[in-house]
Formats: sequence, C-alpha cells, structure tokens
Amino acid sequence: MQNLFGRKRGSASSAKDRLQMVLIHDRSNLPPGVMDALRDELIEVISRHVKVRKSDVQIEIAQDGRKQRLVADIPLETDGQNR
Amino acid sequence: MVGSVITITSGKGGVGKTTATANIAAALASTGKKAVCIDADIGLRNLDVVLGLENRIVYDLVDVVEGRCRLRQAMIRDKRLPELYLIPAAQTRDKSAVSPSDMVKLANELREEHDYILIDSPAGIERGFRNSIAPADRVIIITNPEVSAVRDADRIIGLVEAEEKGPAQLIINRLNAGMVERGDMLAAEDVLELLAIELIGVVPEDEEVIVGTNRGTPVALDSKSKAGQAFRNIGQRIQGETVPFMDLGQESGFFDRISKLMRPGG
Repeated sequence: MQNLFGRKRGSASSAKDRLQMVLIHDRSNLPPGVMDALRDELIEVISRHVKVRKSDVQIEIAQDGRKQRLVADIPLETDGQNR
Repeated sequence: MVGSVITITSGKGGVGKTTATANIAAALASTGKKAVCIDADIGLRNLDVVLGLENRIVYDLVDVVEGRCRLRQAMIRDKRLPELYLIPAAQTRDKSAVSPSDMVKLANELREEHDYILIDSPAGIERGFRNSIAPADRVIIITNPEVSAVRDADRIIGLVEAEEKGPAQLIINRLNAGMVERGDMLAAEDVLELLAIELIGVVPEDEEVIVGTNRGTPVALDSKSKAGQAFRNIGQRIQGETVPFMDLGQESGFFDRISKLMRPGG
C-alpha cells in the first residue's frame, strides 16, 4: 500500500545520516558549538589582514577513512577596494 | 607453539560479546585448534553459562592472578570439545583485582600451549577493557546495526588505535535481513562505511542463539543455524582462510519468500 502513495523513507537512512554527524564530532572531539566559535575566531584573525566574505565562510571536518581534516573555505572580498 | 591472543570487545553492553567469544572459540576448537577463552568481566561472570560449564567451576581468573591455584587448575575443559577450555571470571570481586600486566603474563603462559586465546572483554572503557586489550594481538569489535552500538564501536576503535592494538576488525551481530530490505535497519555496508574498518563477519539475527544459550550449547555447533554458520565462517577467517560473506538477503527462509510474494507491492 505504501508504494501507491509513495514509499516512506526508511528509518535506516536517518540512522546513517545522524551517525555520520555524531561520529565526526566524537572523533574530532569538536562539538558543533565549538565549531561555530572556531569559525568566528578564524574570521576575526584573518579579517585583521584581509577582507573576507564573512557570510560565505565554511568550516567543516572532512573524512578520509578514519582520518579527519579541518577544511576551511574562506572567500575574500574582490571589490578592488581592499588594497 | 606461539598462540594468538584475540580480544572481543564492543564498548556498549548487550551487543553479543560473550556469545561471540563462546561461538568463535567453539568454532575454532571444532576444527581441531586448541582454544582457551578467558572471561575478563570480573564481577559479572557469564561466559561459563553460555558455554554450559557453570557447574564445573572451582577456581577462577582472580585465583590464578593471586596465586591461590595453578593456571591449569582454573582451566575448565569443555564437555563436547576436548580442545576448548574456559578460564572463568571471579564473581565476587571487582575489576581492580586484575591488572593489565597480570593479563599479559597470563596470556604469555597460555600462548605456549594453545593456538588461540580469546578474551571476552567487559562493556565500558575502563579497567576491565584495558585488562582485556593489554595482551591482544588482534582486537575484534562487535556491534549491532543500531545507532548507539555503532557510536560506541567507533569510540572503541579509536581507543584501540590509541593503544596501538589496531587495526581492529569488525563483527556486525544480529543483522535482520528483512528490516534491512525494508530500509529500517542499517545495512552491513552502511555500518562499514561509517566505521571504516575491516569486516570479519556478519551474524544474522537468529532465534537459535537464544535457544543455544538456554541450553548452554553454542550455536556454532549447530550445523543448521545461520548464526552458527556465520560464527564458523569467522573462525575460518581468523585462521587466514578466505570465506565469502553469506548473502543474508537470499538466505531468508521459505516463509519469508512466500509472504513477500503475497505482500502487495512487496
């Protein structure tokens, strides 16, 4: 019957999605709140030297097997005014 | 003889460490290997009842460590498999009665006369866990395809690596193929992708495991049990053989297949 009305997404996929997030933070010992603080502090330090597009700054933990890397993508202002 | 020490651990309780230890030991012993299993869960002894050897205990692990008996006297020989022995945990002491170096010394003595020494670790990440992994040549992590068990397994994998006892290998226990097919249970591939370690076995959920525990007979000795087959396969992989993983989806029983045909849209 479920198929007639469009199959409900199984709970396994939410288990997997949730575990992916939980394991990233468990392994790095970086809770989501600390990531936010890290992002703000990074923006502050870098902004002392160069203008950054604050709202587009992305900081995430990338996974390579069981190894992790902190990846920061910090776009700069390119309006030609910052020199 | 230089035996190999294998520790079975999980972090979370109730995922099947003791059942797996008993069954892997039985599987190894049934192929003629000399296997001894040690119950390292001091204060919460259970490997004895799973193996059906509870009535034969005289001395235990703590008696050996504290010198009240010789090692040989604390080793209980299995009633079915002459190559299988159990060293039971003490029931009235706590984990501080044994240290990691006691376990290393004990394991080294056992290595001389046995092919495999299997250590059933207690749940948790404290003393009992440290005792259990101290002498390990190989660590097997057991988990269920379930959020909290996988999370704890990941934590244990990290601790085993930090103790330089890795890379650990994984057993996924109590997989329900029907639930995986419906999308309501993590598939073995999902768990592997999340934990990123080597798989050594997938054990299907099987009522025979409880029946076997009720009787004190490991399912690995039951040629008809699917879980028993999975444990025998793990035993062979431990011995270095390449055994294909069971296709649990296709092994669902006759009634499952019939009911699938009759289910609308299934």
